[in-house]
Amino acid sequence: MANVFSTIGDWVTERAPGLMPVYRKHMTEYYAPKNFNLWYYFGSLALLVLVNQIVTGIFLTMNYDPSATGAFDSVQYIMRDVEWGWLIRYMHSTGASLFFVVVYLHMFRGVMYGSYKQPRELVWLLGMLIFLVLMAEAFMGYVLPWGNMSFWGAKVIVSLFGTIPVIGKDLVEWIMGDFLPADATLNRFFALHVIALPLVLLLLVVLHLAALHEVGSNNPDGVDVKHGPKGNRWDALKPADGIPFHPYYTVKDLVGVGLFLAIAAFIIFFQPTLGGWFLEHDNSIAANNLVTPAQIKPVWYFTPFYAIVRMIPSALGTAVWGVLGMFGSIALLFALPWIDVGKVKSIRYRGTGYKAALTLFVLAFLGLAMIGTDMTDELFPKLFGQDIDITAWDNNFGRVLVLIYFGFFVFLWLYTHLGWEKTKPVPERVTTHD
Amino acid sequence: MIKRYIPSFALALGLLLGTTAAMAEGPELASAGNNLRDTASLQRGAHLFFNYCVGCHSLKYMRYQRIADDLGLTEDDVMNNFNFTGGKIGDPVISHMPPEDAQKFFGKAPPDLSLEVSAKGADWVNAYLNSFYLDPKSQIGWNNLVLPNAAMPFPLWELQGEQVPVMAAAKPGDDPQVASLKLLHPGRLTPEQYQQTTRDLTNFLEYVSEPAALQRRHYGIWVVLFLLAFTFLAYLLKKEYWKDVH
Repeated sequence: MANVFSTIGDWVTERAPGLMPVYRKHMTEYYAPKNFNLWYYFGSLALLVLVNQIVTGIFLTMNYDPSATGAFDSVQYIMRDVEWGWLIRYMHSTGASLFFVVVYLHMFRGVMYGSYKQPRELVWLLGMLIFLVLMAEAFMGYVLPWGNMSFWGAKVIVSLFGTIPVIGKDLVEWIMGDFLPADATLNRFFALHVIALPLVLLLLVVLHLAALHEVGSNNPDGVDVKHGPKGNRWDALKPADGIPFHPYYTVKDLVGVGLFLAIAAFIIFFQPTLGGWFLEHDNSIAANNLVTPAQIKPVWYFTPFYAIVRMIPSALGTAVWGVLGMFGSIALLFALPWIDVGKVKSIRYRGTGYKAALTLFVLAFLGLAMIGTDMTDELFPKLFGQDIDITAWDNNFGRVLVLIYFGFFVFLWLYTHLGWEKTKPVPERVTTHD
Repeated sequence: MIKRYIPSFALALGLLLGTTAAMAEGPELASAGNNLRDTASLQRGAHLFFNYCVGCHSLKYMRYQRIADDLGLTEDDVMNNFNFTGGKIGDPVISHMPPEDAQKFFGKAPPDLSLEVSAKGADWVNAYLNSFYLDPKSQIGWNNLVLPNAAMPFPLWELQGEQVPVMAAAKPGDDPQVASLKLLHPGRLTPEQYQQTTRDLTNFLEYVSEPAALQRRHYGIWVVLFLLAFTFLAYLLKKEYWKDVH
């Protein structure tokens, strides 16, 4: 058997001599720092979820009907009449939410250990583009089941573009192809969701990895193994603190994959709606432009950004500021490598001010998520009494959080550009070397 | 190394589960207490549905065949006891009542109940079926605490009997609010029997909302156990490979 494989291998190598070097460059001779911790599982998990979404998506497409009259029924057809259709759909819907779980954790890892800093700015920019495309992909996918929340969610989100002065109203009609989310909207969102955006996503992921492998991975100490001592067991010229990605990190990632899949399977088989968080109750009602759901709110992963739109008031006769605020909150993340120019990468050796600011930023992000999901509507009366004005509390609390969110970037700029940061000494090598 | 993270992960998981549980509660409704694994209850619920509900309500996504397969009934059982429209065993459950008539009778066509529990929750459906009361001000003579001004006359009144509202003391100028319901004329069933009846009906409707729930619970435990075993093996493999990394 081994003989057959090596014969085939030789045959291919003879005809495509460039293949093995590519494999070696990215797998067996890609030297990753040996001190990756738990936070470094989420990149490979994101890739796994992407594959899951594509494979389950293909099977869903075989039975889904992208028309306003047929979409909702076809989803129930998948759930009831297609062999294993329920499993495929729950893998896709659970995968969508878990995609954002791992991507948010992956991004936080990058911020925490300064992975966006020189020389990895391009890796960060490509990653942010992936995040942006992922949001568009998720939004359009959410519309496809054509439940009532899909319909009203689409209406509200597309209407955000209507706040743009002068062209807003025409732009909204152009996006939807109708005056309301309708058959034309569903058709085009389907095309974008299953073809256009996945292609872009895949290309960006390839570029993200290629850009990473050019400069090498960061690590929890934020010291570049390439600048450390040279020479390891495999290569005298390669970093002493690097180990080959394959097999070391492939087997390590396999452990993460197993645990992640176990958690995902638990959700898929026992709590596929996760109490209305992954699949919302109002989406079990077919789209109806005459019946507005009691609360229109996006799925959990968009809520921090949705809260920013809601919290920023109209001014000068236009509501565009909230939308600008939302896009601004994402644009600032793109600019992070130029806002934060501190030389020290990892949070382990950064100043106290940075640690405090990052903690506040995370709390503000989670707080905005709570407002966006309307959790505060139940929480505030419990904490502060039944007869409080919930909207006023939401607004006051939320606006402070918006200020903290944007304040983080202002602070970081001042902190690093004006040299206020008092860092700790950074070790010469990763801390776990022998 | 990993130990350092355990408290933070436990905290994160606790927060997640805690908030999820808190959010799932929603408005205060008594728990329906139904159990999808109770096949006898599902069968009783199916009989109730086809005796009292299918006259007006369809289950357009539910086929007779699937009911027979999942509830351990024979095709003859289902065709003789449930199918009043002359449909085939593979047909979905469609009510007899023409939609135009329904519109005329009730002012609103009775909704399809295929996804009622998915949309509203089992607790809501169960509470709704326990909350009808006599209301002379309403055109149909009935009203409902959970869904005020519901268009449906109470179909189970023979079973439960007739409830009347007990009004709460109102502040001057406010309309009095219903505080609770009191059984005025008992029906054929005792209150305990009636609660079991609505629980069975709710159980059947929950099954109808997602027939796959029976399958996924059946397979789920084995999938999760397999993946945990896989994780353990992967962990041993990782340890073996990493022995020489210091």
